[in-house]
Formats: sequence, C-alpha cells, structure tokens
Amino acid sequence: MLLRAAWRRAVSAVTAAAGSRPATPSRGLRLRVVDHAPQSAVHSDAAPEAEPVLRPLYMDVQATTPLDPRVLDAMLPYLINFYGNAHSRTHAYGWESEAAMERARQQVASLIGADPREIIFTSGATESNNIAIKELEAAIQPDTSLVSVMTVNNEIGVKQPIAEIGRICSSRKVYFHTDAAQAVGKIPLDVNDMKIDLMSISGHKIYGPKGVGAIYIRRRPRVRVEALQSGGGQERGMRSGTVPTPLVVGLGAACEVAQQEMEYDHERISKLAERLIEKITKSLPDVVMNGDPKHHYPGCINLSFAYVEGESLLMALKDVALSSGSACTSASLEPSYVLRAIGTDEDLAHSSIRFGIGRFTTEEEVDYTAEKCIQHVKRLREMSPLWEMVQDGIDLKSIKWTQH
Amino acid sequence: MAATSRAQVLDLYRAMLRESKHFNAYNYRMYAVRRIRDAFRENKNVKDPVEIQNLVNKAKRDLEIIRRQSE
Repeated sequence: MLLRAAWRRAVSAVTAAAGSRPATPSRGLRLRVVDHAPQSAVHSDAAPEAEPVLRPLYMDVQATTPLDPRVLDAMLPYLINFYGNAHSRTHAYGWESEAAMERARQQVASLIGADPREIIFTSGATESNNIAIKELEAAIQPDTSLVSVMTVNNEIGVKQPIAEIGRICSSRKVYFHTDAAQAVGKIPLDVNDMKIDLMSISGHKIYGPKGVGAIYIRRRPRVRVEALQSGGGQERGMRSGTVPTPLVVGLGAACEVAQQEMEYDHERISKLAERLIEKITKSLPDVVMNGDPKHHYPGCINLSFAYVEGESLLMALKDVALSSGSACTSASLEPSYVLRAIGTDEDLAHSSIRFGIGRFTTEEEVDYTAEKCIQHVKRLREMSPLWEMVQDGIDLKSIKWTQH
Repeated sequence: MAATSRAQVLDLYRAMLRESKHFNAYNYRMYAVRRIRDAFRENKNVKDPVEIQNLVNKAKRDLEIIRRQSE
C-alpha cells in the first residue's frame, strides 16, 4: 500500500510540474520506487539513515539482469559451508562441490538440448566467443571456416533464423557458432534441431550471477577448439582454472528456472512490450521501431524518436535506468554499429533508446516509463528548431546547410 | 501421508503470499506475489493426486526460499 501511495503521489507531482520546465530536477523526483534500505542490526537513533532509499526503475535487462531469488538460494550453500574445490579428489568437500558442478552442467545442457559433456564452463560469453573464434586458427583443412551469428541481438532484439543458418552450414560443412547470450532461456533453443556446433552462454543475462558463462562444443561430429587459457587441465583441458562452484551452481539454477518459466515469461513480456509500444506510438508521432518486427524478441525494444537527441532523452529520463544501444559501446559517442548496419539514417540512429523488459518488470514500471518518455520527448521537441521547421512543413532533406 | 487437502493448499497459498510481501526489493516482491497467484490459478484444476503432491512439495520448497530471502 505504501508503495502505491508513494508512487501515485510522485506521479501526480510530476504531471503537475509537466507544464513548467524544471531548472534543476529535484532529487526527490529522481526516484520512483520505494525500496526499503536494509535494516541495520543495531537500531540506531540516527533517523536519517532509516529513510527509504529510492532508486530508478530498471529497464536495461539487456545490459544485465538481477539474480532470481531461486538462483541465489541455490548458490548460498556453496558460498557458506560447501566451499570445497570441485577438483579436489580426496575428500568430501571436493566430492560435494564436484557433484554440484556436474548437476549444474546437466541443467545448462538440458536447456539447450545438449549432452552435459558438451558444456564447458567459462567466465562468460565473451570468453566463450573468443574460444569459438580461435577455433578458426586451430582448423587443419584450408577450406574450413566458421559462421558466427548472434541468436538475438542485444541492441534491437532481432532474432536470426538460426535453424536456417544451421542447415546451410551443416550442408556446406562449415562450423556454426552462435552467441546466444540474449536468447538462452528466453526462446526455445535446441543445438541438434538447429545444427549448432558452438554456442556461447552468459550467466548474467538470464538472471544468474556475473562472472560465469559456458560454451557448448559439439561432440558428434567432433568440433576441435584450442584452449585460451592453459594450466591444470580442468574442463577437459579446454579451460584450465578452478571452476567457481558457487557461480556455476548459479548458472545451472538460472538455466533450470528459465526452462520452467520460459513460456510464462515470454507471454508476459510480449504483453508488456505491446503495451509500452502502443502507449508511446499512440501519443507521439515520428517514432520508429528499429529491427524487423516479425522476427523480434519482445523484451528488447529499440525506438528512435525523430528530432530528439538520444543522450538528452536518456538524461531526462533520470528515474528510469535505460540505455541507447549496447553497454559494450556506451562509452563512445558513435551511433550504434547495429543501427548503421540496418540502414538507419544518421539522425535517427542518434536518437535511439533501448527499453528492456524482463521477468521482474511490472506493468506500473512500463506505464511510468511510457508516460515519462512521452512527456520528455514532447518537451525536447518543443525546444528543437528542427522540429519547428518540420511543423512548418519544411522538408529537412531539402535544406542546403551552409558552411560558416 | 494423507493426500493434500484443499484446505492445506489454500493455507500454503496464503502463507506464500504473506511471506512474499516481506521482500525488500520492489521487483522481487511484485514478482513473487504475481507468480504465486498465477501458478496456483493455473494449476487449480489438476486432478491427479501424485501431480498435486509434486506441485505442493515444490511450493513448500519455494516458500522456504522466500522465507530465507525476505527480511
């Protein structure tokens, strides 16, 4: 009740202030959700620390996802009492840790239709990608090559026709690798149906822990890879280094939960995505959705708002954690290479925002994000001379900009 | 062990919802309440006693998870 009341108060305060342009946005309005700060063990008299801490809404699941409580629960024992090294062969600590690791391996394999012997744990999808690509150099035949494709793109959410590509690669005897970081656990994947030879999996994109991932390496027909890091020969010699039991247990649990929740999540996320897009496009003209709408994962929505600069919109939407393009390239000022590749105009590429909807996203968060987005786009467009010219009927493409 | 009665299932449902409301984090709290409601609703017409028992056992495990993590 407290949450809803606080939220409603804040929303009405925001809509009241919508007419005027705030000089400096007040700190109180920055945050949307009342999250109670963890209660300290000692109930001190210092009242200010006990105030609820508000934080922005999280709409950036393509960057990373929160841990699912069921995953954390699975990991806890291995962070507390069961701390053995999974490769210690001589005592119970090692045996129980190894058993947990193998159980996790089975959970990952089962999600993608693989055999557990085909799963190698790594530190993340990036390491897995590097192992897979390096395979090119390990190839013996001169005509061997590798096709590497993202299953679901992290910037615009487009789904690639993996089964089709797999079929073609298999018939031409070309290795097929896919980076499935954004797809695993969200859309059904089967390495045998889709004829995938190598697949990269990331833990923190599927409500699992950061710092862990896996690579699927087909055994029949055998795909040979070269190890990136050498050492004690763990993970069949393909990836030396002590396997971090708590992390892989988390990855396994995340995969198992994903398998159970895939249908429910997909349906919910699709509905929320439709809701967000509908609200925004109903109230704002000149909004373009980037990416093929037919082959699209609903949880990743990339919208371009014409005549609005993406960065300024992002900063205006301070109460919502969003991104334009991928986190990997967020430090650079260049527009996204993905948008450029799909032929988006330069000016539209600069005004793109990526909305991420995930398992824990609520309808309230979607509604709030849509409302704020509409409000700020309108405000920014009012300030834009380009928008003014468009309203006057001028075709921007016909303008000859002069040099000064 | 006697088959799970309707009353026991309802008790479990109420207990789960009650515990879920103690999650600190907004997103976890809302998800737990929503998921519990939807899951019980989805399974309300299950007739096979073995399946019912399996679902109840899973729910009990999930209840323990919620208890451990909600302060």
